[in-house]
Amino acid sequence: MPRSPRPKLAVWKFASCDGCQLSVLDLEDDLLALAGAVEIANFREASSAVVDGPYDLSLVEGSVTTEEDARRIREVRAESRILVTIGACATSGGIQALRNFADVKEFARVVYARPEYVRTLATSTAIREHVPVDLELRGCPVNKAQLLEVVSAYLGDRSPNLPTESVCASCKRRGTVCVMVARGTPCLGPVTQSGCGALCPAYDRGCYGCFGPAETPNLPSMVRRLDELGVDAAARVRLFRTFNAGDPLFREAANASAPPAEAR
Amino acid sequence: MTERTISVDYLARVEGEGSLKVRVRDHTLEEVQLKIFEPPRFFEAFLRGRALEEAPDITARICGICPVAYQMSSAHAIERALGVRVDGLLRRLRRLLYLGEWIESHALHIYLLHTPDFLGYPDALRLARDRPQAVQRGLALKRVGNQILEVLGGREIHPVNVRIGGFYRLPTVEEFAPLGPALDRALDLALETVRFVGGFDFPELTEDYEFAALSHPEEYPMTEGDIVTSSGTRLPQERFDEAFEELQVPYTNALHVVRRPTGASYLVGPLARYALNRERLSRRARDVAREVGLADVERNPFRSVVVRAVEVVHAVEEAREILRTYRPEGPAAVPVDRSRLPAVGAAVTEAPRGMLYHAYKLAADGRIEEARIVAPTTQNQRRIEDDIRHVVSRSLDRTDAELQALCERAIRNHDPCISCATHFLKLDVERA
Repeated sequence: MPRSPRPKLAVWKFASCDGCQLSVLDLEDDLLALAGAVEIANFREASSAVVDGPYDLSLVEGSVTTEEDARRIREVRAESRILVTIGACATSGGIQALRNFADVKEFARVVYARPEYVRTLATSTAIREHVPVDLELRGCPVNKAQLLEVVSAYLGDRSPNLPTESVCASCKRRGTVCVMVARGTPCLGPVTQSGCGALCPAYDRGCYGCFGPAETPNLPSMVRRLDELGVDAAARVRLFRTFNAGDPLFREAANASAPPAEAR
Repeated sequence: MTERTISVDYLARVEGEGSLKVRVRDHTLEEVQLKIFEPPRFFEAFLRGRALEEAPDITARICGICPVAYQMSSAHAIERALGVRVDGLLRRLRRLLYLGEWIESHALHIYLLHTPDFLGYPDALRLARDRPQAVQRGLALKRVGNQILEVLGGREIHPVNVRIGGFYRLPTVEEFAPLGPALDRALDLALETVRFVGGFDFPELTEDYEFAALSHPEEYPMTEGDIVTSSGTRLPQERFDEAFEELQVPYTNALHVVRRPTGASYLVGPLARYALNRERLSRRARDVAREVGLADVERNPFRSVVVRAVEVVHAVEEAREILRTYRPEGPAAVPVDRSRLPAVGAAVTEAPRGMLYHAYKLAADGRIEEARIVAPTTQNQRRIEDDIRHVVSRSLDRTDAELQALCERAIRNHDPCISCATHFLKLDVERA
């Protein structure tokens, strides 16, 4: 049989909820076309059949939280020509990066018996902190249209079209009335990267920053505005420390918001 | 003396990371270990100190396959603590959102994860080359579930529209309009699905399960009802701990949950819901179940795929019914009264994979002081091991490869969601 000319796609999981790799299966209408255009060579959630590496395109979901995973991501990198991280966990450590801000001894003391059975690192870190990454796809979860765009761009040998503007720009385009200006609802839209389609304001709530910071966000101004809207220091810290708590810019904004004792 | 070890190092077509070890010595099964090595993410620890309003968005991230289940159990538990009641239209819309997730999650499991086992394929994509219609039917059905989640929730995975007290915004009639014809078509697809999976060749196995599920006098259980078991226990949701106990076992990153006081395993999920609530399914769902030969109480776990398909028929019908009379009237949420704080509250809802228990202790300032979450897969873990024990004991003459495949199938019967099962583990710190 002639060797398959289709590029080999692999999907890898680290600490995560599985939602971003599920987005591949959520492509539904495009899934079978995708499976025709690439060889799905290693995707354990979808298939028992595994083709050995190297792989042309690897999609990596999840963050690194164990020594074993810190080793495994280096192996994945070594056998991947292009490595794309998918989602907030892989790109900034995810919500589980909240452990990075915990007093770990206190953590261990309050959470129950027999921790000796479980092995884990004190931090949850982004893939880029362990290996070079070719492209990062934001979001908790990723937007499946953006996911498809990344794979299509790869197949077409072009750069993917992934906007780095803020959620505000998407809101304007969508014609959504600004929830912060019109109703004083705290909203991270001005400092958050678009990609979700400005979903939260369209559902009458403020953006909670699940795509992480936009390019060159004005964070001091954002923090000041939240303060003016009556969001107290502790609540501001929580806003920046949720799904992208480990992102350097959001970390800085949380520190700028925090009373001195809580800053890290 | 001969020793055989069957091991599956990385279970495929399940959500999350798990492995299986089976040890047989001298034709006797010695040990079965379903090991979950998915790294723990400590949700219960970092929920401490968060505002009660954040619980639905944060706990959704435990599972990308069933985020709505987490949003519903957390919202109900916190509403119970606050004494907030969500009724009428808002209650119906919550069911609609949950029905969307059931349809999506069940269609995913039936077609993309489970059907390949029965038809001898490694995955649905390869199956699609030979049987494109079947896989396309599954994807179309899954799509309808996701459409409900998109319109009502904003997006399929980690929807943004759920809040304590109800929703942020009620969709307009126009936004829901495309769902009408989509659900009409989905009903045909769902009925075809029952007949399709009902015709599979099922391995013989009868398990003496103790079933546990919610049960409600008027509806197929999802968001409300008492906890009932097939041995006759009936308890309000808040008293979950009186019937069930969590244990930590050394070889897995997930807790086991067993019955009190016997320490026996039990089963949650579609087989349990169906056994305890069959008469509350829609008439069409009951009729098609009978047509394909499903017993009133189904004890062959391989037939769980049929029960899931029957539940999809019911879910599609109920979703159609809710949308038929939909008018966005009144507020999108009940006002949240904080006068009862500090308070405690607990709730169980039926995730696609079974009962999901959340309990919260809330401080006077509305922060979460303690959170406890018991996922369906942790409850089923020991029961899955029991299934494997029986399957293997009866099939010791098979080759290792055959046994391995059979064990994997026995696990997939219960659609384990391993990401859910490991969210809450203890901390053992290794400083990097």
